[in-house]
Amino acid sequence: MNTRLLEILADSFPKILIPGLTVTIPLTAISFSLAMVIAVAMALVQFARVPVLTQLCRFYIWVFRGTPLLVQLFTVFFGMPKMGIRIDPFPAAVIVFSLNEGAYCAETVRAALESVPAGQLEAGYCAGMTWMQTMRRIILPQAMRTAFPPLSNSLIAMVKDTSLAANITVVEMFRAAEQINARVYEPLALYIEVGLIYLMFSTVLTWLQRAGERKLGAYENQEV
Amino acid sequence: MLEIQNVTKSFGALEVLRGVDLTVEKGDVAAIIGPSGSGKTTLLRCMNFLERAGSGTMIFDGERVDLARVSGKEAARLRRKTAFVFQSYNLFRNKTALQNVTEGLTVARKIPREQAAETARRALRKVGMLDRADHYPHQLSGGQQQRVAIARAIAPDPEIIYFDEPTSALDPELTGEVLAVMRQLAEEGMTMLVVTHEMGFARNVSSKVVFMEDGRIVESGTARELFEHPRQQRTRAFLQTVPGVAE
Ligand SMILES: Nc1ncnc2c1ncn2[C@@H]1O[C@H](COP(=O)(O)OP(=O)(O)OP(=O)(O)O)[C@@H](O)[C@H]1O
Ligand SMILES: [Mg+2]
Repeated sequence: MNTRLLEILADSFPKILIPGLTVTIPLTAISFSLAMVIAVAMALVQFARVPVLTQLCRFYIWVFRGTPLLVQLFTVFFGMPKMGIRIDPFPAAVIVFSLNEGAYCAETVRAALESVPAGQLEAGYCAGMTWMQTMRRIILPQAMRTAFPPLSNSLIAMVKDTSLAANITVVEMFRAAEQINARVYEPLALYIEVGLIYLMFSTVLTWLQRAGERKLGAYENQEV
Repeated sequence: MLEIQNVTKSFGALEVLRGVDLTVEKGDVAAIIGPSGSGKTTLLRCMNFLERAGSGTMIFDGERVDLARVSGKEAARLRRKTAFVFQSYNLFRNKTALQNVTEGLTVARKIPREQAAETARRALRKVGMLDRADHYPHQLSGGQQQRVAIARAIAPDPEIIYFDEPTSALDPELTGEVLAVMRQLAEEGMTMLVVTHEMGFARNVSSKVVFMEDGRIVESGTARELFEHPRQQRTRAFLQTVPGVAE
């Protein structure tokens, strides 16, 4: 390997890592948090079979799961200005990622809610608790434990998907790597480098997932 | 103290309750017996609003309640005066034994945490489960889980406890410990309505026995009347089929 290439790699590493820490991670963290709020709300609406709202949830999930993420990003960032709604790249990315992820995670959480035996809700009622109290204290905690591994997978997938935001001019990790490549033209080295940084991020999340699962293992979600 | 009048319930075309009247006095231990599918569970579930009755009235603690039209909020309020022990225990799986008991006190009844914990420990001691207070349900045997469920039921000091076949899911060697706890509650004057297949319990512990068949109450009376001098042919026929009656 020649010294020029090594220099480029060493020089570009912080220039890629820093947008990773300041853009990719916040973009993921904010979008995923919002997605969780959306997912839990949508899942509860469907679980409780709230009329009208349930149909609206189904419609929203149908649209966001049924269209490509890239199309959604372009629609919001390039399309909305046609209607006079101009949104900066970063907030536009947050909106699309949280809505998209929210649609997927809503299904995960709903399935987890439905996997909690009906007797748990009835026991809550019989202890004098309301539906809300029982959901919050008994059903949701059990469901979230079931949903934890698939939700962790979604989060790890999302870290990588944020690279699509490069297409709407968000200077996250991948776009940072592209900008360097435009100057020095070392696509193989630079794309492998950025790929390895994504791998690093995913690895840390995988560790966190394991630690989280161990912590949640304090009680077994077994059938009784 | 508790009276229900003309309770009906259908699942689709299937009529499960066909006009049930029942009275439970304070301190009564009423046992409901009857063949499988006769509507015993459904009756208890309607009385605690887990199932909405087609029609029927309940007079409970001086209040008149329309079982077919009771609101969710009303139901929650009335349930705070009652307790329910399920065949399958239904302990909260994400809570320890102690938390299973405190939950209904702190969350539903807004009792301060310290006081609730003390009440809960007293209830667990009564059912002999204090030493397992920090165990999760999956760490307990069926009999132990059911005893915790009974502690959860008695802790808020309800007016009445409904039991739906509390020992049916248990291995025979574990039913004794649960029945002993129930017998103790009965002796202390707790009002109980117990659906059971345990004829020994119905016969020796209950103050009143109700025989149900086909969605109706066929006959009711004291244990002695019902077991030794059943008036109805159908009661006699049923008693001949169950073990532990003929002595
Ligand atoms: N949710 C339901 N939907 C439809 N049918 C039901 C439902 N619950 C109960 N049934 C039917 O109602 C009838 C009475 O059931 P129930 O559980 O009240 O009987 P039971 O007397 O408790 O019987 P067992 O002694 O076997 O527990 C049965 O025919 C049962 O199949
Ligand atoms: Mg039953």
